[in-house]
Amino acid sequence: MSDMVIRVDELSKRYRLGAIGRQSFTDALRRRFLRQTGASGEPKEATSHSSQEFWALQKISFELKAGEVLGVIGGNGAGKSTLLKILSRITEPSSGRALIRGRVGSLLEVGTGFHPELTGRDNIFMSGTILGMRRKEIKDRFDEIVAFSGIEAFIDTPVKRYSSGMYVRLAFAVAAHLEPEILIVDEVLAVGDAEFQKRCLGKMEDVASHGRTVLFVSHNMAAVSRLCSSCLYLKEGQLRMMGGVEATLHSYLSEQRSQTEQARYVHPEEQDEQGPHVLQAWLRNDTESPAANLNSQQPFYLDLLLHTGETNVSLVLSILLKDELDRRLSTKEYRCIELPVGEHSQQRAVSLKFPPDLLFKGNFSFDIVLHIPNQQIFQHLKRCCSFEILEFSEQSAAYNNRDVGIFQIHPEALEQPPCFRPSVEKPSE
Amino acid sequence: MIAPEQQADPAPTVLIEANQAWWKLNIPELWNYRDLLFLLVKRDLTAVYKQTVLGPFWFILQPLLTSVVFSIIFGNVAQIDVGETPHFVFYMSGLIFWNYFQGILNHAASSLTGNSSLLSKVYFPRLIIPLSGVFSHFMHFALNLVTFLGFYLWYSLQGADLEPNRWLFAVPLLILQTAMLGLGAGLWVASLTVTYRDLRFALPFLIQLGMYATPIVYPASLVVTERYKTILWLNPMTSIVETGRTAFIGQGDIQLSLLGQSWGITLLILLSGIFVFNRVQRSFIDTL
Repeated sequence: MSDMVIRVDELSKRYRLGAIGRQSFTDALRRRFLRQTGASGEPKEATSHSSQEFWALQKISFELKAGEVLGVIGGNGAGKSTLLKILSRITEPSSGRALIRGRVGSLLEVGTGFHPELTGRDNIFMSGTILGMRRKEIKDRFDEIVAFSGIEAFIDTPVKRYSSGMYVRLAFAVAAHLEPEILIVDEVLAVGDAEFQKRCLGKMEDVASHGRTVLFVSHNMAAVSRLCSSCLYLKEGQLRMMGGVEATLHSYLSEQRSQTEQARYVHPEEQDEQGPHVLQAWLRNDTESPAANLNSQQPFYLDLLLHTGETNVSLVLSILLKDELDRRLSTKEYRCIELPVGEHSQQRAVSLKFPPDLLFKGNFSFDIVLHIPNQQIFQHLKRCCSFEILEFSEQSAAYNNRDVGIFQIHPEALEQPPCFRPSVEKPSE
Repeated sequence: MIAPEQQADPAPTVLIEANQAWWKLNIPELWNYRDLLFLLVKRDLTAVYKQTVLGPFWFILQPLLTSVVFSIIFGNVAQIDVGETPHFVFYMSGLIFWNYFQGILNHAASSLTGNSSLLSKVYFPRLIIPLSGVFSHFMHFALNLVTFLGFYLWYSLQGADLEPNRWLFAVPLLILQTAMLGLGAGLWVASLTVTYRDLRFALPFLIQLGMYATPIVYPASLVVTERYKTILWLNPMTSIVETGRTAFIGQGDIQLSLLGQSWGITLLILLSGIFVFNRVQRSFIDTL
């Protein structure tokens, strides 16, 4: 009980929609005047107008222990940012309460409190104190921060002369040397290059491994699954699920999927397209009907019916295999002209067979692209055929169903590797 | 359940709750952020002058030039009677207090809406920003005061009719009162501007109006109508400026009861300003 660092109790946040907040003085006067004189008609309208409410958060309750890394996930407008804003005290809740024990450091943007006219040195102090550090703490760590940022030479230059890369590096160096008991991070990873994102993730792992608590909002499911020890799923302002990362992510992703309907794509009839496009695409196993759940030990097929129009020699069909987190796993290209002709010469019909034991358990999808490479993209269907690979091989079961990878690669076990043969001398370097 | 734990745990515990009482001020927290206050003051003082040729001299020049203009227009052209006092000393003695007041007021007035991008990303006691204005503008005021004292001495040596007296000991109090008044008024404007953006446009006009409602370009003794006199002295700046003039020049209207009234109004504005600001700052981000 004593290691509880965050306790959130029925937290709700209401926003008023409409003109509230942008009203001018005359509006307010008029409303007051109408209310006082009891004039009919308009005041009623005014009240109904102002009662348009929107609950960004509804009665959220959860608890968090020290050392936990909580991933907060959910679609756009689910209330993730609102939750972080309340917990980092930027705004107050409409009802409910939250108890936070320990110093909170929030990283809701990179370079908070930087002033363009000030030098890098001044900004380290400025940003550091704004983020809650004492001046002495910054002084003690100053050299470390500068070394971490790698911009020693420019430390006395105003930051407005920095390149955006230098700016971000310095800003992050400051943030990385915060030592709060609770770190709140929001989509910071969305900015910056891959190198920066890696450092950011590394920092968060570091913070968590020191027994501190991290709250992390992200759309990057890969990062969430890697970093977090538990996960909170918000949907339309309500707490949908909180628990283990895998289970929560799975529930979130499968709900996302079911919203967009899968396994089979049919070209919408009302859309009358002339150029090359996909008429139908569906996944199936050895039977003939579409199936979204596939056995990892059996082959599966992607059947395609394409409208290619007048024969174009350079038209290419690309099949992109993507994982659950929308990362591209592989790409295969076919020249359309080489594909079997369908009902008539303007169509192509093909069945692509994928061998058994190709993928491990997980959710995948295909992107289908019709294009002339480097010239024109006629159609790019994103995540149009989604499927789930079920069933583990014994190998993965041995790992307690956890992260065994994506592709099943089965290297052949050969006898006697040449370099280890006792009779043969090792080749000298 | 919570209280005993709190004692065992050195980490600060924060309760986030809806509709906290408007009178709850977290003074210890403000103190914890004193380093930020210091740096904001430093930033205000240094960042403003970057890429200007004259730098901080602007803050000396502004009241000087205004004093010269006032001396010419109100002193020589309109010939407002300021007694035997050199016009320049008369106008500048009022202006330095007024500029301090106005500086703090403007700074505090834009503290919420002017920093919205920062305030929507990180929490710190919002009161720190208007407070920083009190200190950074104090530095400007000090510069002005030194300049004023320079001219004052020079005119004295020229044999002008200046009678410094024991009211000079009250000058630190006057500075304090100016700061309190500027801060209080600024906090009110900042809080109201969040909802009523009109104020941003009205403020420069209101400040100008305020200056004419304060005996800056004329001595308070010029106002004789009883009604106008009451209104004039309801303005707390009036007593500040008049007391300041009395201290340096030896001529001015001072009544102790009116000084008391002015302090009462100042405290009222400051305290109410702090509480209103405190109420508004908690969720003002939502209305942006």
